[in-house]
Amino acid sequence: MWYDLIVFLPLVGFLVAGVFRHQLGPENAERLTTGLLGVSCLIAWIVFLGVDFSHQEEATISPVANWLTSGKLEISWALRIDTLTAVMLVVVTTVSFLVHVYSIGYMREDPSRQRFFAYLSLFTFAMLMLVTANNLVQMFFGWEGVGLASYLLIGFWYEKPSANAAAIKAFVVNRIGDFGFALGIFLVFVLTGSVSFDHIFAAAPGLVGKTIHIFGGEWDALTITCLLLFMGAMGKSAQFLLHTWLPDAMEGPTPVSALIHAATMVTAGVFMVARLSPLFDLSPSALTFVTIVGATTAFFAATVGLVQNDIKRVIAYSTCSQLGYMFVALGVGGYGLGIFHLFTHAFFKALLFLGAGSVIHAMHHEQDMRNMGGLKDEIPFTFWMMTIGTLALTGVGIPFTPIGFAGYVSKDAIIEATYVSTRPGAVYAFMCIVIAAGFTSFYSWRLVFMTFFGKRGDWKGSLPAAHGHVHDDHAHAHDEHGHGPAHESPRVMLIPLAVLALGATFAGIVFRHDFIGGEYETFWRQSLFLAKDNTILEAMEHAPWLVSLMPTLMMLGGLALAYYMYVVDKTMPAALARANPLLYRFLLNKWYFDELYDFLFVRPAFWIGRLFWKGGDGYIIDGFGPDGISARVQDVTRNVVRLQTGYVYHYAFAMLIGVAALATWYLFGGIH
Amino acid sequence: MDIGLTHYLILAAILFTIGIAGIILNHKNIIVILMSVELILLSVNINLVAFSTHSGDLTGQVFALFILTVAAAEAAIGLAILVAFYRNRGSIAVEDINALKG
Repeated sequence: MWYDLIVFLPLVGFLVAGVFRHQLGPENAERLTTGLLGVSCLIAWIVFLGVDFSHQEEATISPVANWLTSGKLEISWALRIDTLTAVMLVVVTTVSFLVHVYSIGYMREDPSRQRFFAYLSLFTFAMLMLVTANNLVQMFFGWEGVGLASYLLIGFWYEKPSANAAAIKAFVVNRIGDFGFALGIFLVFVLTGSVSFDHIFAAAPGLVGKTIHIFGGEWDALTITCLLLFMGAMGKSAQFLLHTWLPDAMEGPTPVSALIHAATMVTAGVFMVARLSPLFDLSPSALTFVTIVGATTAFFAATVGLVQNDIKRVIAYSTCSQLGYMFVALGVGGYGLGIFHLFTHAFFKALLFLGAGSVIHAMHHEQDMRNMGGLKDEIPFTFWMMTIGTLALTGVGIPFTPIGFAGYVSKDAIIEATYVSTRPGAVYAFMCIVIAAGFTSFYSWRLVFMTFFGKRGDWKGSLPAAHGHVHDDHAHAHDEHGHGPAHESPRVMLIPLAVLALGATFAGIVFRHDFIGGEYETFWRQSLFLAKDNTILEAMEHAPWLVSLMPTLMMLGGLALAYYMYVVDKTMPAALARANPLLYRFLLNKWYFDELYDFLFVRPAFWIGRLFWKGGDGYIIDGFGPDGISARVQDVTRNVVRLQTGYVYHYAFAMLIGVAALATWYLFGGIH
Repeated sequence: MDIGLTHYLILAAILFTIGIAGIILNHKNIIVILMSVELILLSVNINLVAFSTHSGDLTGQVFALFILTVAAAEAAIGLAILVAFYRNRGSIAVEDINALKG
């Protein structure tokens, strides 16, 4: 009952605020959706804290309804509540509630904000459906639901062509991942005869070594299944090769970026792999793949983040990179670690995004950091909140102790675990994520220094833009953006920042013991699978001291470099960019992935589409089908019409001919 | 030379043909069409009278009188329509009268 309330209250909010948006008016719609989300959030926390005390081994299954039964296939709606779900419920409802509150301030001037709040609630419902799923199909429902909500919210300002393009891009790229996910679900059903988690997990050990026949070869069934499922996760979580949609998704309003593209939806892939850990744990090759993809993403996104100038894009690449860390953690077998980083990341990344939103709000919808600077004194509260978020993201803490900001506790644990892991590819992953940690520190502090230090216009014209399509269209309706004094955001926007800052500061210290420490077994129980020989969490504690110190060193290095380049010697960034134009362009244009995909997929797709449209449909089907027939009929009628001249003497002549013909016929033929 | 039935019939046929030709070949004036119609009626009358005389039956000649009356009425109506038409359209040229065009 309580579980139903958590999940369905946002749906109620969406339906009421969506259907009665004209009757309710914006204020009531805001109050309604935010209030319902608040209740949902409260219950989620009660459930989460209750999980700590209950000593139930199995997951609680709360049935809702039967969905469909077709032969052997039986799918029902049910809410699966265990520790993993409880953690996700807390993350999703808390961030969503805070984003709702924040949006009341941020969207104040928007004329259609009822729609915005309705979409936010719809998203929350879909996300909750995803995390409480009891079978793969229900999870897929939530998966597609969040995809839909993401599409609607990225394209919320649909007057902007770039927002529409970004929304479509996000949707299409996600379809590629979802294709794999769907195939994975089919394969699971073929192998186990069920899509319900309990059945799958029970049947999983029996599938080891089983092979299936695909494309003329025998393949390990479990590995193929896991890789296909992971493909879905790659799309949703913006992993390397399928990451291109995430930075463009920043076209949406900033609260959306905080909720969907930082804290919750993009972590759905991580959640999915963790949820299916009993499956993944049996396939070491799939986990190796997960590790390598995660590490590559972490490294790649961090390098791109180094040179971006749009404040939201920097944070977007940072999100992409941090998601890579989570997958590395999952890949080396530390499922708790991945979820722990997901948990802490939700707080500090949402904080950073909402902080960036506050900056953008203060700067009258200016997003380019080159036009900022010196905001420290004008918007001090936002500055301090952003600093806390940055401290948490870069992982500031006291080495060799578990005391530090949230990111320190979770990220450093991942780095240690990767070092001690024996998984093939772990060495590569270790190197990638250590370097990425340094990059993370550099670009995060770069963001802070460029935005808050120095003075306005320090960076104007000193750093070249990419192609021009990056910063083209923020200039709608706000001609005076970036000028005039910055003003601190209203209180309704600052309070969520403060709450998230609390989380970003203390979430690591408070929950470390439960998530990855000594309480691991009793906290997670059956919700995360741990093989008998998986001792990564213990081994992690005995990593060499240099490895434990490494992240802190990288963090300090990045900080020092950023400080030197962006505060002390301000000519250096431009000089460096001029000295290495190729590298700089390469990074600024995101490794040219958009151009590559444009060349490889988008243009051929357009070409094929045009071929079928103009050639197949327009020329052949229409030409010889309906249009062709109607054209022939028209030709005939056009000639017939020409007979009707309207002149009396023509008709008279025709009558005469007729009479003559009749008379002739009677005279010569009709008599017999 | 005796004037026989054949001559009357040939005269009627000639008149009829002139009338038809007047309708079909006339491209100028609608009054000419009315006159042609009269001509056709007259050719029929000649036929009736000729046959009546030939067969010694007066019915044909009575009929011819009726036709003359009707033709007079018809000509009156036709001219009246013509006047009304001219008032509406400002023209009685045959080329201008093609409202039946498809």
